[in-house]
Amino acid sequence: MLERLMNIDRRIIFILVALAVIIPTFLKVSFPITVSDPTRQIYNYIEDLPPKSTVLIAFNYGPSSLAELEPMAAAVLRHCFKKELRVIGMTLFADGATLGDEVIKDIADETGAENGNDYVYLGYRPGRIQVLLGLGSSIESVFESDYAKKPLPEIPMMADVKNYDQIDLVLDLASSASPTWWITYTNTRYNQQIAAGVTGVMVSELYPYLQTKQLVGLMPGLLGAAEYEKLISTPEKGTAGMSVQSFVHLLIVALVIFGNIAFFIRRRKEQ
Amino acid sequence: MELIGVWVAAFLTLCIYSFLYRDNPFYRFAEHLFLGVSVGYGIVLSIHDGLIPFAWNPFWKAVTEREPAGLLKLIPIVIGLMFFARLVPKHAWIIRYPFAILIGVGSGLAIPNVMDASIFRQLHGTLEPFTQIHAGKLGPFEIFGVILMFVGVVATLTYFFFSVEHRGVVGGISKIGIVFLMVGFGSAFGNTVMGRVSLLIQRVDFLVNDWIGRTIQLLPF
Repeated sequence: MLERLMNIDRRIIFILVALAVIIPTFLKVSFPITVSDPTRQIYNYIEDLPPKSTVLIAFNYGPSSLAELEPMAAAVLRHCFKKELRVIGMTLFADGATLGDEVIKDIADETGAENGNDYVYLGYRPGRIQVLLGLGSSIESVFESDYAKKPLPEIPMMADVKNYDQIDLVLDLASSASPTWWITYTNTRYNQQIAAGVTGVMVSELYPYLQTKQLVGLMPGLLGAAEYEKLISTPEKGTAGMSVQSFVHLLIVALVIFGNIAFFIRRRKEQ
Repeated sequence: MELIGVWVAAFLTLCIYSFLYRDNPFYRFAEHLFLGVSVGYGIVLSIHDGLIPFAWNPFWKAVTEREPAGLLKLIPIVIGLMFFARLVPKHAWIIRYPFAILIGVGSGLAIPNVMDASIFRQLHGTLEPFTQIHAGKLGPFEIFGVILMFVGVVATLTYFFFSVEHRGVVGGISKIGIVFLMVGFGSAFGNTVMGRVSLLIQRVDFLVNDWIGRTIQLLPF
């Protein structure tokens, strides 16, 4: 019996995981969410900014990590527009160009934010590190127009935003190494305040930068989105996703415990 | 029209998930389609948002409007074109020059900033809390955290110090380093599971609400 369970077909585990996701999706069950300090630090930083401050959001993710980072982007954008902050959107990855444009337009429509006055979406520029360094001297030298090809000098919001000196916070929503680029080149060289919202895979490697205050705050994956949604009292996809996720976590914890018990029993029998 | 897009996305999602049963032509089709579309999209965007505004337009403007300063753009354009020398085996050696420039500029930019961001500030961040302990600013729990972090850094670095044989005191410290590494890997694994499950949740949400839900709404009964 034990031997049969130890050699279980992995497809059965796939089915169990699928059921743990599908059933709670239909049942619409919700679990309480506790806000962690790194997420709260981003919220507090944005909350303390005076109206008309400028936040640059980098949508550095593609479709493969949309599930974790888009709810985060939506929550922060809602907060920024509600606070009457000005938002500059951009991306260092070709995949992120349309995704950033879509989410910023959707939330602007929802909150009544105006393109050109409350936000501008600059789109994508190749070069990554060169782009980060170029923004430090002049945004216009890197993005001569916005994503819709409107020249930057014709955009009212950009009249007094020339480089990092006029940007109060950079939030990098990332599925790759880009937060370390922002820290290395933008925080170190220009003393720019950086916050990051990243996929779950990356979050562990960024905690050291949080401890040294090279990052203002850090949002971990879908959990970070759910926490931020709780802080702005607008439960959306992050909150719904985390409730479903709790079921899968319970299943995985049970499987890990079961696997370990079975492993030790088998080892004892072999001895 | 939008629903057709939803059906295509749902079909491709199911094609990809079919790999969980076994490798099959549907999965291969969706995988190759994704790769092709991603690469094509990336190339087109790089041409439109990089090559044309930063190389072609200034160069063409310099030629047509006779602005000699604009011709300076020829220098990076030529350096960039030198990468294609690799395609001609007889002149492949030319590629060494753009590579040398790229590595030189990259290293020059990276080394001081990386040293500052990832070594000096991290070192400062590890030691600076001790001054706060000395000033009596931290509570018992925070002091424990500071000491734990310091022990973790020293023990983990010792584990990766291979110039001395890991026996005796060094061996003991490196074993403590392994414990810290395992905790780190466990944290990374837990977060990875959370990330991967998030992707599945989003796809299931799409299939249930956007695909099945919207299709049912269109049915006449």
